[in-house]
Amino acid sequence: MKLYLKYFAINLKSQMQYKATFLLNIFARIVLAFATVAGVWFMFLRFNEVEGFTLPQVLLCTAVTTMSFALSETFARGFDIFPRLLGNGQFDRILVRPRGVIFQVLASQMEFARLGILVQAVFVFCYAIPNSGVHWTWDKVLTLVLMVACGAAVFFSLFIVYAAFAFFTTEGLEFMNILTHGGREFGRYPYAIYGNGVLRFLTFVVPLALFQYYPLLYLLEKERSVLYMFTPLIALLFLLPAYGFFRLGLRRFKSTGS
Amino acid sequence: MKEYFALFRIRFINGLQYRAAALAGLATQFAWGFMEILAFGAFYRANPAAFPMEFSHFVSYIWIQQAFLHLFGPYGGNPDAVESIVSGNIAYDLARPMSIYNRWFAENIAGRIARTALRCLPVLVVAFLLPAPFKMTLPPSLFQLAMSAISIPLGLLVVVSYCQLDNISTFYTMSRQNAIFVVAADFFAGGYIPLPFFPEPLRKIVELTPFAAMQNMPLRIYSGDIAGMDAVKAVALQVFWCATMLLAGKLLMRHSLKRVVAQGG
Repeated sequence: MKLYLKYFAINLKSQMQYKATFLLNIFARIVLAFATVAGVWFMFLRFNEVEGFTLPQVLLCTAVTTMSFALSETFARGFDIFPRLLGNGQFDRILVRPRGVIFQVLASQMEFARLGILVQAVFVFCYAIPNSGVHWTWDKVLTLVLMVACGAAVFFSLFIVYAAFAFFTTEGLEFMNILTHGGREFGRYPYAIYGNGVLRFLTFVVPLALFQYYPLLYLLEKERSVLYMFTPLIALLFLLPAYGFFRLGLRRFKSTGS
Repeated sequence: MKEYFALFRIRFINGLQYRAAALAGLATQFAWGFMEILAFGAFYRANPAAFPMEFSHFVSYIWIQQAFLHLFGPYGGNPDAVESIVSGNIAYDLARPMSIYNRWFAENIAGRIARTALRCLPVLVVAFLLPAPFKMTLPPSLFQLAMSAISIPLGLLVVVSYCQLDNISTFYTMSRQNAIFVVAADFFAGGYIPLPFFPEPLRKIVELTPFAAMQNMPLRIYSGDIAGMDAVKAVALQVFWCATMLLAGKLLMRHSLKRVVAQGG
């Protein structure tokens, strides 16, 4: 942990060297994030509700999804650019060091500009939390925290799976983007509006709905069972197969030789 | 002219090399298209009367958008162009007896056409074969088809001349980050939600901007959402913006080359 904090400080310092670029970068992220929110907002100027959800309720989903995505993208950046680490031989250097592989990939790259999205999420929360009609009690607050935290973990697992594929193909696989970047982009609405087939897939195969749609039902008191409050924790199980897949890839890893 | 055609060919053939990537990309584009249609379908069910396009028009819009994603996407213009300005390699390009503007233009168009050539047919074929709500339809008339055939290359020219402005701005900012250019163009060209879904006063303004002359027009003309005389007007606006931005690009390029500083190292 101490070592991680050290890496953390180094990454932060090195990115702060180029302050103008860093700020521009953050600014770009904020604009990008607000384009998504504007899209949702424009839709609701025309339609008052979708599948029984109002604008603030949907924006609650948008903020949860973007916030958890931003967190995982900032810290799991190393896995996002993993194909490059394999291609240029940096990964070989990682393998010879006496520390865990996952730890090193995680610590070697952090992209703080991605946190610009958090600004959007905070703004949206400020609007959505009082207007969503949720009766806020301590358990609801806990649910919201679980949603963001476990959401970050699920996106993190997806980045690991993406990286693990690179052991087999060396190239990055674009179709994983539908789950990572697509998961964020489509998570602007509750996943249930995409119909039952998609919802089932996002429940049992890739558990994106477990940290977003089901706990939202609990927040809105559409479901009162405590089970719905803890579905984000079930989503954490997804870390296991993701980790297993990464180990599998690691075992058959051959250096690219460069 | 011959040398630009040669550059075009090099880029085009280069772009055709990444077939596996194109295949993986196809899967993504299908999934993306389906998700968009499902999301808007939910809004349609909530209130069909408030839906500003016919649903079948909307479905065609989405599938052509996916098929021509790399033709109209305002991103990934010429990364090496920007890189050469920042790294100073632009000095070599300046020594060559060809116009840098035209060269970037040829390379950008070639890359776009190559990537689209690999991807658009499978997307379109499958989109036509899909069952009812997802099925892509032909334009309502031959006139619309002909107008969209004119509008598609025009849209491409508008996007590329816009990307040129983005590239040239690097001379002034010396930054690789021009994401604002990309996001603004993507959003106001209807990349997030089609322009008919924009709230009223804003839609009228945006429809006059160069952004609306990008993917918005060919997609809506094909689907029949912009029909008859409106389609003719739309194409005229595309010609106007294309000419304006080409001219602006050429002038800006001349201005920036007069004061260009080759970055050392």
